[in-house]
Amino acid sequence: MLSRVAESIYWMSRQAERAENHARFIEVTLHMMLDQTEYLVDPWEPLVQVTGDNAWFEKKYGKATCQNVVQFLAFDREYHSSMLTCLHAARENARSVREALSTEAFEELNAFYHFVRDSSTSQLTDPTAMFFDSVRSHALMWTGVLDSTMSHDMAWHFLNVGRLLERADKTSRILDVKYFNLLPRLDDVGTAIDDLQWSTLLLAISGFEAYRREHHLMDVHKIVAFFLFHRTFPRSVDACIAGVESSLREIEKLSGSDTQGEAIQKITSLRLRLKNSNVKEVLAGGMHQFIDRLQVELNDIGDSLVQDYFYAIQTA
Amino acid sequence: MQPACSVRLAHSLQEKPVMQKQSSSTGSASQVQSLGPIPKLPNYETGGFFDELVDVNNLARPDAEELVSLFNRLPPKELLRRQHAIEQSLYRMGITFTVYSDKTGTEKIMPFDVVPRIVSAMLWKHIDAGLKQRIRALNRFLCDIYNEREIVQAGIIPADLIDSAPAYLKECRGLKPFNDVWCHITGTDLVRDDSGTVYVLEDNLRCPSGVSYVLQNRHVMKRNFPQVFSASRVRPVNDYSSRLFQLLCDVAPPHVSDPTVVVLTPGVFNSAYYEHSYLAQRMGVELVEGRDLVVEGDMVYMRTTGGLQRVDVIYRRIDDAFLDPKTFRKDSVLGVSGLMDAYRAGNVTLANAPGTGIADDKVIYAFVPDMIRFYLDEEPILPNVPTYVCQLEEDRQYVLDHMDELVIKAAGESGGYGILIGTQSTKAERDEFAKKIIEDPRNWIAQPTLKLSRSPTMVDDHLEGRHVDLRPYILCSRPDDVWVLPGGLTRVALRKGSLVVNSSQGGGSKDTWVVAEQGQRVASSKDGATEPLDS
Repeated sequence: MLSRVAESIYWMSRQAERAENHARFIEVTLHMMLDQTEYLVDPWEPLVQVTGDNAWFEKKYGKATCQNVVQFLAFDREYHSSMLTCLHAARENARSVREALSTEAFEELNAFYHFVRDSSTSQLTDPTAMFFDSVRSHALMWTGVLDSTMSHDMAWHFLNVGRLLERADKTSRILDVKYFNLLPRLDDVGTAIDDLQWSTLLLAISGFEAYRREHHLMDVHKIVAFFLFHRTFPRSVDACIAGVESSLREIEKLSGSDTQGEAIQKITSLRLRLKNSNVKEVLAGGMHQFIDRLQVELNDIGDSLVQDYFYAIQTA
Repeated sequence: MQPACSVRLAHSLQEKPVMQKQSSSTGSASQVQSLGPIPKLPNYETGGFFDELVDVNNLARPDAEELVSLFNRLPPKELLRRQHAIEQSLYRMGITFTVYSDKTGTEKIMPFDVVPRIVSAMLWKHIDAGLKQRIRALNRFLCDIYNEREIVQAGIIPADLIDSAPAYLKECRGLKPFNDVWCHITGTDLVRDDSGTVYVLEDNLRCPSGVSYVLQNRHVMKRNFPQVFSASRVRPVNDYSSRLFQLLCDVAPPHVSDPTVVVLTPGVFNSAYYEHSYLAQRMGVELVEGRDLVVEGDMVYMRTTGGLQRVDVIYRRIDDAFLDPKTFRKDSVLGVSGLMDAYRAGNVTLANAPGTGIADDKVIYAFVPDMIRFYLDEEPILPNVPTYVCQLEEDRQYVLDHMDELVIKAAGESGGYGILIGTQSTKAERDEFAKKIIEDPRNWIAQPTLKLSRSPTMVDDHLEGRHVDLRPYILCSRPDDVWVLPGGLTRVALRKGSLVVNSSQGGGSKDTWVVAEQGQRVASSKDGATEPLDS
């Protein structure tokens, strides 16, 4: 397939996934606010930290409040990763490769974008969890449409790589920031508040029920393991990385090149590293350091994709 | 599980009789003849114009009876509701253009009118024959004018009119495209006057656009008017993309057995981008931009994830001037450097061939009837609109004396630009055009103002007559193998009294229903039935 098309599909998919994750962050926080009559923990500040763009936020908005975090993460057209900016970019990318997508896929993304854009005014005035819930539905629909209306050929594998790299990154970020915020409050350990906080964390990755079925009780180690090392839960870091690896293998196979690309080598070694670590080690070495390194490696894999596939070799 | 299963069964049981009824109605036309009185469109003014759907007494023309009768039966506002429903689905399909190019830009759909235009089988037979004849002649002209130039030697077209045309490419002299076909894809503009006579208004042989709207308009109309659509025995248009793909394969370089076909687009900011992407999607081929292609050793390749891949046929939707910065405009960033070398070396087919634009120069247009006589030894089936060529002194004087009754057009412009409609102009405008004509007579032609035919069109919540034209699409894979899509883009001037149908000037479009003759295939209104491609 065309290198340009592969790259646009990859970004389209990443951007839509990013938009979905931001909706998830806001939605669970809006829910949490309702259960937490007094703000024991500021729920909005961590959302800004998740993005890593705190400085930009502070300069434009100052203090993190419900109103301006919603604007920032969801509707700010000046912010490069707001939901609306991401969906706009995803749709522009989709438009430029429309012939490579199924009709249903394009129409769903088109509807998704229009839905968010048309809601911005009312949601800026009075954000509701219901709206963000609808965003999540749109996102799930989008994922489902992609998976069930397109051949799982090279184009699909590129979009799968895009969405899973983004998802792994976001899952690790939310764990990082929340963990940092939640852990120091040792007084709360085992209390209803603690329980609520961790549940919220799991809800953000749709993992609450899956976790409960396996472990019943909230336990920090088990939750961290669920986020990082769960083999089959579709939003755990390990599952995402395994998915990226398998899609990259397919891409290598389909493109029939003799030499192995850098990206596939890097993702394989990352997967092996994860396989050989455990929660104890992660916590002992510092969760933040661990996740920091993970994110650097994920970015690096993204860069290798450009080298491997998006700039085609010049000779025939 | 059980209930879901029985629901599915009930559904499939319901469908069967419908399909049977359709297949039986395909065979005979007499079944759908209405028996009652001829339906009449109430509260409608034909205003002295020829109307495509009704006669002077507002009575439905024979093939429009089902439609007009449906309009009369529909509850008030229902037609308007369907108009809105169709607009919504076009919006959802993303068939839009951005009004402002900034980020918050509102998006609009191409204006669409819910009332279809109906063309009778007999009229279509005439149009079909006329267009085939015209394309055969135009293609011979292109072969001739870039090679032997017999038509010039015979004294039929003055050489200076050809050599002075901006669209005449010296670089193409002596070229012989595969199969001797230059104009593979044409979209000819037709109009009717107040007598109903069909004229050719323009031949568009460069990159005519709009066929995607024909296909999409049909798609949404079938969903909204299934009953009347079936009863009206409309000929299908949905095989256009397969025909186009077949054509592109047929004209591939002869040594290639399984050609790689691509569509070349200027990119996402081009106003016809949607169409480029739609056609590529429908044909299942790559949509490429100039930057995706590279020429090495006179071969064209595209950059893929697996390295460079040979390209054999390019359906290019980029104008000649931008095709190859090495040969034409040096500043073109849309084209592919060296493409013309690969083309000349016979390693790639370009459709349409570079240089075809000479045949739709508005001055050359005036000579098409003579071409038909010269090359085919036939009389033209479809007349030209009488045309005054300002380069010829006698014509020029007539034009300057009658500016207030003529339509004056720049020879090298399209899209409704560079036009003066004399009857609707001011003295100052006429003076300005007169000055331009005297300064550069080669660039101007004039035609009498036709009383263009009209068709009922939704205006607010009721029907009014609006002027229409018709652009059928023609595919030519060999000099004598020409196919005309039964249908075409009916463009409608939405502004009251306006004669300009171009979308850049407030024009919209309608679905065009060509009625089948006995024995001809009829489109099915059930999406799945005859249309595996349509979802």
